[in-house]
Amino acid sequence: MPELAEAARRTNAWACYDCGKCTASCPIARIGGNYSPRRHVLATNLGHREDIIENGTLSSCLTCKLCDQRCPAQVGYTQLVQQLRELSHREGVEPECPHGGALQSLMRMMAKGGTQQDRMNWLGKDLETDAAKGEVFYFTGCTMYYDTFFPEFQLNTLNGTRAAVRLLNRLGVKPVVSPTERCCGHDLLWNGDRKNFELLAKHNVQMVVDSGAEVLVTSCAECLRTWKIDYEPFYTGKMPRMMHITEYLTDPNYGGPNLKYKAGEQRRITFQDPCRLGRHLGIYDPPRKALTALPGVELTEMRRSGSGAMCCAGGTWSNCDRFAKQIQVQRLREARETGAEVLATACPKCQVHFRCAMKDPNLGGEIEIEMRDVAELVADALE
Amino acid sequence: MTDGKKKRTHVIRKPPKAPPPKWNPRIVVFACNWCSYAGADTAGVSRIQHQPHFRMIRVMCSGRIQPGFVLRAFERGADGVLVSGCHFGDCHYVNGNERAVEQFEKTMNIVKLLGLEEGRLRLEWISAAEGARFAQVINEFTDQVRDLGPSPLNGQNHTEKTQTEST
Repeated sequence: MPELAEAARRTNAWACYDCGKCTASCPIARIGGNYSPRRHVLATNLGHREDIIENGTLSSCLTCKLCDQRCPAQVGYTQLVQQLRELSHREGVEPECPHGGALQSLMRMMAKGGTQQDRMNWLGKDLETDAAKGEVFYFTGCTMYYDTFFPEFQLNTLNGTRAAVRLLNRLGVKPVVSPTERCCGHDLLWNGDRKNFELLAKHNVQMVVDSGAEVLVTSCAECLRTWKIDYEPFYTGKMPRMMHITEYLTDPNYGGPNLKYKAGEQRRITFQDPCRLGRHLGIYDPPRKALTALPGVELTEMRRSGSGAMCCAGGTWSNCDRFAKQIQVQRLREARETGAEVLATACPKCQVHFRCAMKDPNLGGEIEIEMRDVAELVADALE
Repeated sequence: MTDGKKKRTHVIRKPPKAPPPKWNPRIVVFACNWCSYAGADTAGVSRIQHQPHFRMIRVMCSGRIQPGFVLRAFERGADGVLVSGCHFGDCHYVNGNERAVEQFEKTMNIVKLLGLEEGRLRLEWISAAEGARFAQVINEFTDQVRDLGPSPLNGQNHTEKTQTEST
């Protein structure tokens, strides 16, 4: 199959020397799933289409990039999965979408366009934003949809979004929050639906270029990865610098010393590295810096953190199964072991998935921990 | 000469004012096996006239109708979606319809966020005996959706249109 050879060439899969470190470190394989990254790499190299597309395990990958991190031959397995999923999507094989495919439907409807989404209502009256032009563009992401879709988790990912805008306001910035924004398309791309992803990418890039922004800030790790890496072929004109809110807050040119905090009580916080922010983009320090700058905060790391951090196991709305649940439970136990009161994270999806795991009626009490977005914690500590 | 004659007869035969073609919506009706679907059947066997612009999907219980079903219907071109089940207390599975309400509220909130009109989505309880009520609900809802016009998600060129509008 020429597509497989092409995918192997682009992702360096040819370099694989069959050591099996990828499968040995894969969270899904370790927890007992019938899943092997090595098998996919080998099948790609050998051109065995049926081992990849008909075998049905392709959508189990968390795309957490842990195997890429460990691979001694620099095979881009995560990138390979993205391309293989595109291939299988073209052949009509789609992941079993959890939640009845509702979120995928939503994204495809946004790609189609035609309606005016209600994307501004969460702002409230005290936050200052501009709907069209400005130096800083705040890319909201889909937190309003998550909060509406998962009322049973008592989720409030919008608080993180609001906090980010409040922090920007405090720094004297009136960010652009656009009513024409659409989903970044991250999950469609990782489900293999490139056609609809491209519609979204073109729309969003044009919207941001038109705003004349110099900096694009977002508080979603997935949006940031999509903007920085996957949107690249669609860049037009002068693209802004793209930053995560925690990068913006800790950058000496933007946030940095300009934020003043009130004295806070002594408390312990632990940080969940989102896979998109950490391993995909290499952003490990800014969220930690933002947290340790807060008075009274002691940051304790979990057993696996930084580049070895365990992912929330649900990144692309395609792989929620019993293995994902076990991974989440393990991770929450790790968080509890640190003795921290709060589990901070920098991606709304991590919150969705961990809060779902906490709903386990048999374990609830054992693995429950308060979850907050980093921006929320920083905004609450403001003077 | 003959041409002119032809033209004249054509003009005479043309009706003074052609009525605009009536647009009919495409509606998806989810109906539970035990009440609403049987209610539709009652409407049929009793020969109660109603508008025929809907497609019916039978599910075992209205509690099964999760947001994904409704959103998929809108995505695939439905102009309106009607969710129907047994009256409270009558559910074949005791409280499946209470679950349906939860799911429906969630769906409605998503539909509102997405920018579709609230009137395109409706929840109704119709029992197996209520054939007349089924016909009435269908007529009302069809008229309501017809007044709203085609779903904004249905246009072929919507993507381009909104892109130029936003720029």
